[in-house]
Amino acid sequence: MAGTTPTSNANIGALSGLKLGKATRDAFGTALKDLGAEFPNVVTVDGDVGNSTRTEVFAKAFPERGFNVGIAESNMVGVAGGLAAAGKIPVVSSFAVFLLANAYDQIRMSVAYPGMNVKLVGSHAGISIGEDGASQMAIEDFAVAAALPGMTVICPADANSTKAATRAMIEHNGPVYMRCGRIEVPEIYPADTKFVIGKANQVRDGKDLTIIATGLMVGIAIDAATLLAKDGITARVLDMHTIKPLDEAAIIKAASETGRIVVAEEHLMAGGLGSAVASVVVKNKPVPMEFVNVGDTYAESGDPAGLLQKYGLTAEAVVAAAKKVRSR
Amino acid sequence: MTAAAPALTIDQLKDAAKAIRRLIIKITTEAGSGHPSSSLSAVEVVTALYFGGFMRHSKANPRDPKRDRFILSKGHAVPVLYSALCHAGYYTFEEIMTLRKLGSPFEGHPNMKRLDTMEASTGSLGQGLSLGLGQALACRLDGLDAHTYVMMGDGEMGEGQVWEAIAAAAKYKTGNLTAIVDQNGYQQTGSTKTVLDLNAFAPKFEAFGWHTQTINGNSQEEVVAALTAARKVTDRPTAIISQTKKGFGILPVLETTGDLNYHGKPLSKELAEKALALLA
Repeated sequence: MAGTTPTSNANIGALSGLKLGKATRDAFGTALKDLGAEFPNVVTVDGDVGNSTRTEVFAKAFPERGFNVGIAESNMVGVAGGLAAAGKIPVVSSFAVFLLANAYDQIRMSVAYPGMNVKLVGSHAGISIGEDGASQMAIEDFAVAAALPGMTVICPADANSTKAATRAMIEHNGPVYMRCGRIEVPEIYPADTKFVIGKANQVRDGKDLTIIATGLMVGIAIDAATLLAKDGITARVLDMHTIKPLDEAAIIKAASETGRIVVAEEHLMAGGLGSAVASVVVKNKPVPMEFVNVGDTYAESGDPAGLLQKYGLTAEAVVAAAKKVRSR
Repeated sequence: MTAAAPALTIDQLKDAAKAIRRLIIKITTEAGSGHPSSSLSAVEVVTALYFGGFMRHSKANPRDPKRDRFILSKGHAVPVLYSALCHAGYYTFEEIMTLRKLGSPFEGHPNMKRLDTMEASTGSLGQGLSLGLGQALACRLDGLDAHTYVMMGDGEMGEGQVWEAIAAAAKYKTGNLTAIVDQNGYQQTGSTKTVLDLNAFAPKFEAFGWHTQTINGNSQEEVVAALTAARKVTDRPTAIISQTKKGFGILPVLETTGDLNYHGKPLSKELAEKALALLA
């Protein structure tokens, strides 16, 4: 399975006329290779899944700068900490769940606490990875990564923004976690799009509510806005690609101007984008909110579209949340 | 200019070791907490590294990329490092006497963000060798003739990450990396034999492809000889199994307490006086 990228069978963005693009992991791998010459201090550290996370694209182009330490995530992150202490910019990648869950102590002690300039890239995040099942699905990565002081957490929505995000991540001085996905997602941004860490992108405007989404859910939120428009409801859609530091100004503006907020993410309720947005809303401009996410459960094997349907991550689910939040 | 300080003779190293031991006792007793016995076992190795002509390091530029590195993976033993750096003139006695106090950069475990002489922030055991491997790989990529030393505890070897790092260092043939296992025979709740017996370390390192030496780590002569031999190995990583005694230098004082492990507690003022008298 490692070398193939499945076409999304979820038809995300189709309702809104969006064209299917590359998976964010593919965009990341290519972007990293393209930055290799410009940033000679960039190195990769892999736990033997570089052909899945796509760091192999970089490692093949710069073999002396690609380290594969085997199936040993703790050491993988520790080695990155040491490389960073000596001035390198290590990009460490694995499946998001193995990176963050297996090596969490190492991320805390060898990266976050000393403020090392390490870039952690977790691929195969969310339930949309499909058939491999719950053991491979990171659904708690925002919560655990964002809990670390000094950690920047980003989750680009499409291939073009992932390319820009990869540059932003390398240019940023300090630890970053970037979430990538396995399946192809619709094109939302033009090829020359910029990615500013901590600055949300408004991808649709509306006045009746705001849907704040991240990653794969941005395309789904756009589809929800398309459906809502048929009922005469206009929804603003914010791509909250940076989970930490959160764009508080954009959230407060959305609460003030639209009066209702729905947060959509491919993550657990606990500690995700929804919790983070809610804490900003409650403190600054309390308005009714609803949440579309994985809830408090593990998923299972299945096709991506079927999983998104079963676990309530669809445009229809976002529409239902929008109507509910407007009824309050 | 980063160079090793002129190497002291063995007799001079022994005097330095004694002075460092005195500092360890003084600062941990003043702090009222800490790990003096874990620090004391490691004194001969740390003394040899900083005063025996091995560590190329400078007070003027502690982060010089060309420096040699010393990572104390058994971070709870950091009083030995603060004391050695004080003896080398990096810090005053008054400064390191603030050990563990609020506002002091001389924290209970090494914090590289607050002290530019600390090569790693440690204290969660098992992580230092990976960090050292990363430093060694970076130095090699940059074509630097810099050596990285990592000291681990024998109890710490129970951490799986250590063995991941041992395997990876062998893969990358990091001849610029030396691991030192301070095998003092004890860990928090008892002897390493009773808590988790890992048996002999040397055959394990050798099986992974490391150059390995086993020495009496409280013999200044043997430590200097082993570090000298380690520097000559350039085609693979080297390990020194440094067999030591926890609390070495003040064992007669610890014997009076009936606790030869004496883990994680400072000497009382009265015991400290007795210990300092032994080290006079």
